[in-house]
Amino acid sequence: MQKKTLRSLQFAWLWIALAFLSMNCSAADESSRAPWYWPFYDEIQTTQVVEPYVEIRTGPGRGFPVFYVAEKDEWIELIKRKTDWIKVRVKQGEEGWVHRDDIEKTLDATGENVAFSDPRYDDYDSRTWEAGVMTGSFGGAAVNTLYAGYQFTPNLSAEVGVSQVLGDFSQVLIGNINLVHQPFPQWRISPFFTLGTGVAYIKPKATLVREENRDEDSTHYGLGLRFYLTDRYFLRAEYREYVVMTTRDENEEAEEWKIGLSVFF
Amino acid sequence: MENWFKRVLLAGGISLSVVSPVWAADSEVSGDEPIIKPEVEPRSVEEDLIDTENFEIGAYGGIYSIEDFGTDVVVGVKVAYHMSEDLFLEVNYGMTEAGETSFETLSGNVRLLPDDDRDLTYYSVDIGYNFLPGEAFFGRSYAFNTNFYVLAGLGSTDFAGDDRLTANFGWGYQFLPTDWLSVRLDLRDHIFDNDILGADKTTHNLEFTSGLTIFF
Repeated sequence: MQKKTLRSLQFAWLWIALAFLSMNCSAADESSRAPWYWPFYDEIQTTQVVEPYVEIRTGPGRGFPVFYVAEKDEWIELIKRKTDWIKVRVKQGEEGWVHRDDIEKTLDATGENVAFSDPRYDDYDSRTWEAGVMTGSFGGAAVNTLYAGYQFTPNLSAEVGVSQVLGDFSQVLIGNINLVHQPFPQWRISPFFTLGTGVAYIKPKATLVREENRDEDSTHYGLGLRFYLTDRYFLRAEYREYVVMTTRDENEEAEEWKIGLSVFF
Repeated sequence: MENWFKRVLLAGGISLSVVSPVWAADSEVSGDEPIIKPEVEPRSVEEDLIDTENFEIGAYGGIYSIEDFGTDVVVGVKVAYHMSEDLFLEVNYGMTEAGETSFETLSGNVRLLPDDDRDLTYYSVDIGYNFLPGEAFFGRSYAFNTNFYVLAGLGSTDFAGDDRLTANFGWGYQFLPTDWLSVRLDLRDHIFDNDILGADKTTHNLEFTSGLTIFF
């Protein structure tokens, strides 16, 4: 029993010693390393100012005041990035935010300009993944959709999507897979055609007479437009005609209109 | 002077190489390398090595007032993506519970809803705009970045056994003690149609929450 306590005591000392050691380490290297409990991104990169000066702001936004100016030939450390703003540290230890346009005018250790990738229209052409949210109307009821797509060739892509239809008499959950063909991928506003199939889970409203929930197969075709906006974003609008294969005598048909915002990678 | 110096060195070199040719060969090799080796080679700045903090994740809690059904505690989680310094997208998922309507309370034993239909959950996808970014000062030596933002979005509310299309709009205040931590105060109006009391009626359901989020 006593031995056990002794051992745990030793362990406790070990832990305290370790904690102390790591604290010391982090204190010593504070200027160049991330804390010991954060093993990521501990490599701090530096770059040199070649313009007459670089303005450093107190926050990551255009309106924050300039509180420090890094002079020509000064080396600055690039710490992190929020949207288009880079947090930097100068030799004196001051930390602040610089716009990426200003960082791009600085030179790194190899004498090259620092370059940031710019997801522009060119990348839109060669995108592989896209995902987005859409909202609209499905047979007169509101519909919300979440989808993701993978582009095999500039013309052809496959998509999966989930839609929630919020009707007056029932709510419908639809899961879809579909193929999308885009005849003119190089156009900024580019039309596409789609064909797919899915399952619909129909749940009648609770305030109505209790009806059974039911699953139905569905198929659809449609057409739409992608409209490249800026950066990684584009608008997407589409029309679809659904046929729900019911277990009853007649199939149900529904028209769907949707518009939404998508992002591509 | 310089000539003399060179001559001495040359003479010394020759005599040394004659006396100990092996050593001379050694020194020739090492002479090609710089005396002090730089510790790191010059490296270019790589964008991927810069830590980006455009995503925000967090939890919130507060009160949610369901029209006709009283006010109760709400808890939720949120994920946000900052598209630019101005615009962000966020997804919220929250849950609360409905109390009794005044009618139920007064009448004694009438129940408009079974107990399991009194749970309310919602999701919403919002677009937000950092309308008034700024700084807040604490004493004379501390300054913190803040944001006043407005947002609006769409989603769905699951209440009383049905899912209802829900529009929401609101505003919030964000206080950042550090770059990666933020405290958010949000006020939202969730608008959805409700037919529990017979006729369809558009209801305004106000939510006031405070939350903690981290950027990563």
